[in-house]
Amino acid sequence: MSILSDIAVNLQRGEDEQVALLVRQALDDGLDAGVVLHEGLIAGMGVVGEQFREREIFLPDVLLAARAMYAGLGLLKPLLAHEGVPAAGTVVIGSVKGDLHDIGKNLVGIMLAGAGFEVIDLGNDVAAERFVDAACGHGASVIGLSALLTTTMPVMKEVVDLVRARGLQDRIKVIVGGAPVSEAWARQIGADAYGYDAASAVERIRALARTVA
Amino acid sequence: MTQQIDWRGADTLPDRREVLHLQGLPADVEPSLRVVEIFEAAADMYTEAAEPRALLADISREAFAEVFRGEGRNAPVTPIESVAARAGALALFVATVGARVTDRIRDLLAHNEPALAVMLDAVASAAADRLTRRLADRFDRAEDPASRSGLVTLGYSPGYCGWHVSGQRALFAYVGPDAIGVTLNESCLMHPLKSVSGVLAAGPADIHQFTPAWAFCADCRNRTCLTRMRQLPALERTG
Repeated sequence: MSILSDIAVNLQRGEDEQVALLVRQALDDGLDAGVVLHEGLIAGMGVVGEQFREREIFLPDVLLAARAMYAGLGLLKPLLAHEGVPAAGTVVIGSVKGDLHDIGKNLVGIMLAGAGFEVIDLGNDVAAERFVDAACGHGASVIGLSALLTTTMPVMKEVVDLVRARGLQDRIKVIVGGAPVSEAWARQIGADAYGYDAASAVERIRALARTVA
Repeated sequence: MTQQIDWRGADTLPDRREVLHLQGLPADVEPSLRVVEIFEAAADMYTEAAEPRALLADISREAFAEVFRGEGRNAPVTPIESVAARAGALALFVATVGARVTDRIRDLLAHNEPALAVMLDAVASAAADRLTRRLADRFDRAEDPASRSGLVTLGYSPGYCGWHVSGQRALFAYVGPDAIGVTLNESCLMHPLKSVSGVLAAGPADIHQFTPAWAFCADCRNRTCLTRMRQLPALERTG
């Protein structure tokens, strides 16, 4: 088994210390950070995502894998910047104004990072302007909005409207999610996609990012 | 009468199955050793950080009707009106596991410990739900136990079953939960986040039985009412 497969397998098992050790070894062996990222960490998280979708593993297992991914990513990040390795895309995420719930949004952020995206997490209680300003400032192609209450859902429409008002709809796509949110709501407010759960959100964001790139 | 109840964190710790269920694990799936270890670490953290407390305020049917009306944004017909009208006793409640647990969750996420953070979040959510049950048990035993014989107490909360979340404002005005450190934001969300509020209704089991087929039921993902109704015969007290 190659060291890259080893990294992927240990990541799937949530062996964070082993992943860090192997990533360091791979770099010492002369492998590029970008190769270690894509063929080791992202490949491993890809399998984890697939197993999660198929209900072969469950959320705690995914999060243990995510912790292992962070252990490897921490070593790679400085080198990736130096090598100029591009991320899969940049995504701005946050819970909308008035909403303090953020665990679902955090899960999406963790899984996006595992899929190789640069994630700009604005936290919770975020106003529409901040989402759009941050997307412009970071060159993000996707904004991910989370809401847990029907009372905060209208802020999602404010973000969609603001993207259009600034003429950014071809450069910035908006995806919405959260307990009370539905595909129908996404269509109604003119959002580009709806994520039922963290795994489907990552898939949709991947597709959206491709339409902009 | 309004009473304050304080618990120790350990007294409100939910069991492992309940917590793992919140994270999508089916009851028949045995968690891995690593997942069990994470649960145990989260349980220890919860026990250390939680400051569970509650306010329980008796309320008459008439006064509750006023609180329930709130800002006039409820669904036109809800099961709660019917439950309250047939209940023998009502009490409003606000309960929290405290802010320190939420702080710990944030710290864990900031330090790239997502598995432990999400597990602690699930422990705290299950514990907050458990507080409602603890309050219901206490309400059952209150004052005149004989008069409560054969009755079932269940909680109903703003944001569910057609009770608009803006109803939190009237509920908070009645209970005054500043005393236990719980406040509302402009969206009527509670701070600390792991808090619960609502009305406890004690009455014959059949007052809690209804068919969840209202328009608002279509938007409800948790459908815990179905589980509660299935458990009603088991909850019924025999005196």
